[in-house]
Amino acid sequence: MVNLIGFYALVLGLGLSFPIIFFSIQNFINSKILDKKLIFFTFLQFFLVLISFLGLIISFINSDFSNETVFNHSHTTKPLFYKISGTWGNHEGSLLLWLLVLTSFIFLFFLRSKEQPKKYRILTLLFQQLIIIGFFIFLLKTSSPFNYIFPLPSEGLGLNPILQDPALAIHPPILYVGYVGSSLIFSSALSAMSLNYISKEWAKHIKEWVLISWIFLTIGILIGSIWAYYELGWGGFWFWDPVENVSLMPWLVLTTLLHCILVLEKRLMLTSWVVILSIAAFSLSMCGTFLVRSGILNSVHTFANDPERGLYILIFLFSLIFLSLFIFFFFYKKNEKDKLSFFLVSKETSILINNWFMMYFLSVILIGTIYPIFLDVISSEKISVGPPFYHKLIIPFLIPFLFFMTLGPKLKWIKSDLSDKIYLVIFFILSFLITLQITKHLETKFIFNTILIIFAFHLFFITIKDFVVKRFNNLSQNISHLGFSLFILSILFNNLFSTEVITNLKVGETFSSDKFNIKFEKLSQKKIENYQSIIGKFTIENSNGIIEIMNPELRIYNQPKISTSEADIKTDFFSDRFITMNIVQNQEYFNVRYQTKPLMIWIWLSTLLIALGGITSFFKKKI
Amino acid sequence: MIYIRFFFIIFYLVIAQISYAQDNNLKNKITKNLRCLICQGQSVYDSDSEFANSVKILVENKIQDGFTEKQIYIFLKKKYGDWILYDPEFNKSTYFLWVLPIVMFLIGGVLVFKSFIIKKN
Amino acid sequence: MKVKIFQVLIIFLFVIIFLVFYKGLNNSNIYVPNKNLKKEIPNFSVKEFSSNIKIDSDKIFLDDEFYLMNIWASWCVPCREEHALLVDLSKHKNLTMVGLNYKDNFVSAKKFLKELDNPYKILLTDPDGLISIEWGAYGVPETFLIHDKKILIKIIGPLNENDKNEIIELIK
Repeated sequence: MVNLIGFYALVLGLGLSFPIIFFSIQNFINSKILDKKLIFFTFLQFFLVLISFLGLIISFINSDFSNETVFNHSHTTKPLFYKISGTWGNHEGSLLLWLLVLTSFIFLFFLRSKEQPKKYRILTLLFQQLIIIGFFIFLLKTSSPFNYIFPLPSEGLGLNPILQDPALAIHPPILYVGYVGSSLIFSSALSAMSLNYISKEWAKHIKEWVLISWIFLTIGILIGSIWAYYELGWGGFWFWDPVENVSLMPWLVLTTLLHCILVLEKRLMLTSWVVILSIAAFSLSMCGTFLVRSGILNSVHTFANDPERGLYILIFLFSLIFLSLFIFFFFYKKNEKDKLSFFLVSKETSILINNWFMMYFLSVILIGTIYPIFLDVISSEKISVGPPFYHKLIIPFLIPFLFFMTLGPKLKWIKSDLSDKIYLVIFFILSFLITLQITKHLETKFIFNTILIIFAFHLFFITIKDFVVKRFNNLSQNISHLGFSLFILSILFNNLFSTEVITNLKVGETFSSDKFNIKFEKLSQKKIENYQSIIGKFTIENSNGIIEIMNPELRIYNQPKISTSEADIKTDFFSDRFITMNIVQNQEYFNVRYQTKPLMIWIWLSTLLIALGGITSFFKKKI
Repeated sequence: MIYIRFFFIIFYLVIAQISYAQDNNLKNKITKNLRCLICQGQSVYDSDSEFANSVKILVENKIQDGFTEKQIYIFLKKKYGDWILYDPEFNKSTYFLWVLPIVMFLIGGVLVFKSFIIKKN
Repeated sequence: MKVKIFQVLIIFLFVIIFLVFYKGLNNSNIYVPNKNLKKEIPNFSVKEFSSNIKIDSDKIFLDDEFYLMNIWASWCVPCREEHALLVDLSKHKNLTMVGLNYKDNFVSAKKFLKELDNPYKILLTDPDGLISIEWGAYGVPETFLIHDKKILIKIIGPLNENDKNEIIELIK
């Protein structure tokens, strides 16, 4: 019953596209004011998708295994919270979430754009409808979450226990608001382009949508990394895995877009940048969806691979891209007074330089991610592109990037006088010479890291100085930039000062080194709702005599039958201690891995700080 | 003002002096660069699978036998293909992979500089 | 004019990207090493299963004979499933079965063979998994058909009827 409602709600939602398009075109040509019917239909479309989504949730809660999706991804013994989050933890359900965000955003857009020109609002709706229709058809034709199976199975195939985690449960919705939210920026940009409305007013208006998308994407990625760190049991939080890269690329574009909008708000320039970036953000989101769901790439967390679905998304994606290109080439006229002329030393320049670097980082990640596909198609060779590639190409460029981040905010709009900023440059040259003197006999990597740290600290101090001296001027910028410098610093220190011990221990044995003593005290067993666990008790004494007890676990789930290793992590503001234990096939001892990871929590906090800057900016106008 | 500058200089000096707990461990360096072929997206270093553990032992043995890092990679590439290495080596297949981003950077630089018109006061 | 060329180039670029992705979709998405390379067998020395005496590979694999080397372990579930087919194959006169016991416990391995029959004429042991790496294998079970010191077929995963028939065809 619920499944029927869910399914037909979607069909109706798709059907609503017809009146929406019809009345949109009519209203576009005819009257001067916006037809209230449009707002109503937009709301209705969103409401129907919501009903459908709630219907799926209810099916999951009730463990309604007549629904194929529920059958494939749930189990009666799953805790309630994870039954609910299982709704979006699968291909079909997550697509329904896409639709939910797509339809809710356009409705919210209508509510919040009352002062905007009518034609612009309608055209935005039309472009968004194109995307919405595409997803409705995709869902109903290839990925319906409401397929029936018969006869009714008594039990489901269960959700992967690795996905049963609070962080992972909320990660998709938050990420999708960011990811899918960029659809509105896309539609809006196409609409504004067609109507010659790329202007300061448009920039001011679209800025809050860029902020929302960006904030949620930042937090979404953060939660994903936190989940990886706590759950995947290898102590890492970013692996340059294709799925991770695919979320980072829109983030880079959105960050760049945000900076360009800040310029466009005040001066009529960088309009082409804004337009292209607006298109690129959503295109990369769609491209990411394609890469992850089509099976073309091999990765840790791809959904079920299905080339048929992949083909659909591919065609859909490129249709949108070619449409955007068409509009850009034929309709867009640059409005700028002077074609790109500004002073060498000005804030606009530094933002342009920012764009330059960000696009470089984007190209590294994009090329690294899709190159293996190209190579495979062209010459049938299979290669891997992993962390070393990204590190080598990104880290050296962070140094000048951080440098420009200290300089940029200090410059005035249009033209800046450098003479009183000379102290910044002197600082730099001095630090550089000192570092060179000290590190000249050491390995390259050492030098890089040192210089990188120095520049990151420099940014850190500059932003703190600005807090103290300038207080609430540019508050959001300072918060985010401070966050970024902390982020780089935490990662660097974490990387350089982490230690690790890998050893095999039987119960009762102790590992000793000059830094730690690790004693394997005992093993105990436990049985929970849907798994059995073996828990090891370890006492770790460090060189200061401080003792800590840690309890890593091995879990054996009943449905599906897999075993996982759950790390025990102890966190404080200075470091994380991380321990895992693993069975060694056919032996009596366990393989134990103990790591100390300094400043780990600061990596998360600094990212939150970056997002906080955006949140501050978002609410600043409301005050 | 001058005291702040002084403080900064001292601070930077201190940082540069800190002894780094460097991961000189060659075995770790190599295993971090090897893909665990039966896992989805984990390096041999991170993985605890049977395959990864065997490769770790192999790398250790080869290091003790005097193999260099490059020789170990050549050995493993012969057995499993280029796919096992995470760091794509710079050869005619990966030429574009490495060069294209740099080219993008340079093109970007040209575009940025083209847009400057330095005006006098 | 310059702008037009630029536009055409951009469109052309995206068309190329589209075509590459399209073709990429149809390719296999899981990396499987080329199964039919007439590769030379590796040169290695390995311990015999029961006695732990080291033998060299060229003493095991003589020219002009067909060998079927199977990597297996008692803890490996698919190995159980394919074992019956191996026992069948061992009945063929011109095929010599070689078993490589992978990262296993001696007692459990013996029990496995006692329970399900021992098809292997030659039994070898690979306690660390290093020998399997020499063969370019990465799991259990994997099976190799060898002739004249060359690998004719490599089967990843448990044997099925088709594989068995293919092998029988080739050893004629």
